[in-house]
Amino acid sequence: MTGSYDILIVGVGGQGTILASNILGEACLLEGKSVRGAETHGMAQRGGSVETHIRIGGKYGPLISPGTADLIISFDLLEALRYSHFLKEGGTIITNTETIIPTSVFQHDADVPGTDDILNLLSGRGVLTVDAAALALEAGTILTQNVVMLGAASHRIPLAVESLKEAVRRSVPPKTVDTNLKAFDLGRTALE
Amino acid sequence: MATRYMLGNEVIAHACCEANIDFASGYPGTPSSEVIDILRTQDVRDFYVEWSVNEKVALENALAAAWTGIRSLATMKHVGLNVAADPLMTSAYTGVTGGLVILSADDPYAHSSQNEQDSRRYALFAKIPCLDPATVREAGTMMTEAFDLSEEFGLPVLFRPTTRICHSKSDVEPGEVGTDHRTGHFERNPQQYVVIPAHTRVLHKKLNEKQAPLAHALVEKGYNTAGVKGTIGIVAGGIAASYVEELLPEGVSFAKIGAYPIDLEWLAAFVGQHEVILVVEELSPVIEEAVRMVATDTVIHGKMDGCLPYEGELDPASVASAMERAGFIPARTFPQVTPVPDIPRRPPILCAGCGHRSVFYAIKRVFKDGIYPSDIGCYTLGIQLGVVDTTICMGASITVGSGIVQSGEERDVVCTIGDSTFLHTGVQGLLNAVYNGANMTVVILDNRITAMTGHQPNPNTGATATGVETPPVSLEAICRSCGVTYVEKVSSYDLTQCLEALKTAKARKGVKVIIAYQPCVINERRAGIRRKTFTVDPDACTGCKACVRFGCPAIEFHDDKASINALCSGCSVCAQICPTGAIRMEGKR
Repeated sequence: MTGSYDILIVGVGGQGTILASNILGEACLLEGKSVRGAETHGMAQRGGSVETHIRIGGKYGPLISPGTADLIISFDLLEALRYSHFLKEGGTIITNTETIIPTSVFQHDADVPGTDDILNLLSGRGVLTVDAAALALEAGTILTQNVVMLGAASHRIPLAVESLKEAVRRSVPPKTVDTNLKAFDLGRTALE
Repeated sequence: MATRYMLGNEVIAHACCEANIDFASGYPGTPSSEVIDILRTQDVRDFYVEWSVNEKVALENALAAAWTGIRSLATMKHVGLNVAADPLMTSAYTGVTGGLVILSADDPYAHSSQNEQDSRRYALFAKIPCLDPATVREAGTMMTEAFDLSEEFGLPVLFRPTTRICHSKSDVEPGEVGTDHRTGHFERNPQQYVVIPAHTRVLHKKLNEKQAPLAHALVEKGYNTAGVKGTIGIVAGGIAASYVEELLPEGVSFAKIGAYPIDLEWLAAFVGQHEVILVVEELSPVIEEAVRMVATDTVIHGKMDGCLPYEGELDPASVASAMERAGFIPARTFPQVTPVPDIPRRPPILCAGCGHRSVFYAIKRVFKDGIYPSDIGCYTLGIQLGVVDTTICMGASITVGSGIVQSGEERDVVCTIGDSTFLHTGVQGLLNAVYNGANMTVVILDNRITAMTGHQPNPNTGATATGVETPPVSLEAICRSCGVTYVEKVSSYDLTQCLEALKTAKARKGVKVIIAYQPCVINERRAGIRRKTFTVDPDACTGCKACVRFGCPAIEFHDDKASINALCSGCSVCAQICPTGAIRMEGKR
């Protein structure tokens, strides 16, 4: 409504959606852009489904309404499906190819859609997939999957690559800067 | 100062430092917890900070500090204000000398709460001012001014952010940290501080006399603003005002309510200039009631005619749909979309290696037909294991348990309560159960920390909020001093020990307490403690799923065999459960 570029980052509690939000927020500050964000804290973080809203250029409230997100970045394929109704017509979903199967699925012998089922359900929604785990391991540690995903999504984010990389430098622990920058580059190259 | 991308609670904490805060107390509760967590770890201003044992204690401490003339803050979540309601109601009568701000964070949609109560009602009930920020930035400016407002009127100020303020982020330019420091000095004044009937009748009248000037000042100070643009208008408050501002069409008037009490003459003047008014606010219709009270010929839309819901949180789409219903904008402004159906849920879950899980498993084994009152904490997630039958409020596991027992219910009652919750309001229930001769078992899930809200220390931890070492309280001694004769300490990871203690408790009369001890697995990991992980021998695994039913997120099941993933923390409980010995420590055969 206000010309903000609205990004929904989704995943499983513990995958680093808040760090991803911090990186995007920091990059906005570097470019002098206003920004609003909303995060999941508290009980929902214990391995539950989590969502982080980022509105680049946002000046009002932090929440993105269903059907209006410009971009969804998903750290888990099942979560991409769960939040896909947030995407606007013509938007893009950039998702990890892997799914962490919810524990309750094993406990209750529930059905969980497979990778192909989910990709079929998402077809026509501008989906791009990234094997974040493989790229994160290539960068040095599985913990960088979130930065791999940001790198992959960077083609769609209306912020300069240099701003994003500087924001990575400023947001991650000092000892992990090189690994995270490598993760960002590997993600970015994967969707070039 | 440079612009930063800051969390709402971080902005609020910084604003307290800008406003020369001298004293802060609170009890953790989502979404309020980070305010004290930031204040206790910051290094920009030196002042007293404590985690109190509960909200009543926190508010009484902060109130007394304000009586001595210093600036104090008490923080809690909305339901914590219920615990603190006793001092709250009379603190308005006594008033304060130094500024006192009570932060009560509301949780529309109950993201992490047991209800959706609206703290603005408490402010009106107690007759104290309430500040209700619409944005993260406004939360900062309001908090810096709240202490001045409190001192100007000699009243505590209720500061009421919601989850989407506390846990939202924004580009913010924080101000300079204040350099004034006060030292408390208590001026004896029984007419003010001893609320015997003769004094309190006078104090009540004085409190009432403050109301009209207060309401007027909140308009003068710019917290409540109005601009007339046409014959239809919107009145909105809190974060809902920011959703309205995003969508406000040309030619529609707008009044923003940021503070209470609302000046009714001012409101009547605004409403009277319009044919139609839409009121937009989350939770209770506090503004709407005021608008309807002052309206004469104006048509009012809001919750009471179904334009907006009474429950949950709003967002731009739901505000747009209310504006559509009121006829302010064309229909279908936002896309009508529905979630993909039948996706397996992913609720939060107890961590891999959480000590609570094995205790719940043991309870279920020993007390198959038991009734399981539980409490507020991570362990409420034990509902997924079928071992949580009731949860209502802090400390109520033991009292609900004794109530069920004394009702004549014959099944065994086994209560579960965390160490922090036990110390918050659990002890009195235990004392009462013993005193009145209840037959029940209480299991204290002792992980040494207030885990769910972000690992705040409590009297059981051995350190204060600021990291000063203190002797940890003895839970065992508390229970024994309440008159409990069977108090057994067990290791949560030792299933045999847990089962034995529970069997002994089951066989005995009276109130039995089992303290199941295991430090929080997240805290242990942060402290660098590592255990050898476990693995499943696929040849020995019969696919019986005994371990899968245990519900640990480290255990998966594919192609009729269990397996253990990288989340394993080495607690060993699944290996103790496996009937065929198929689960072994890594590297062992």
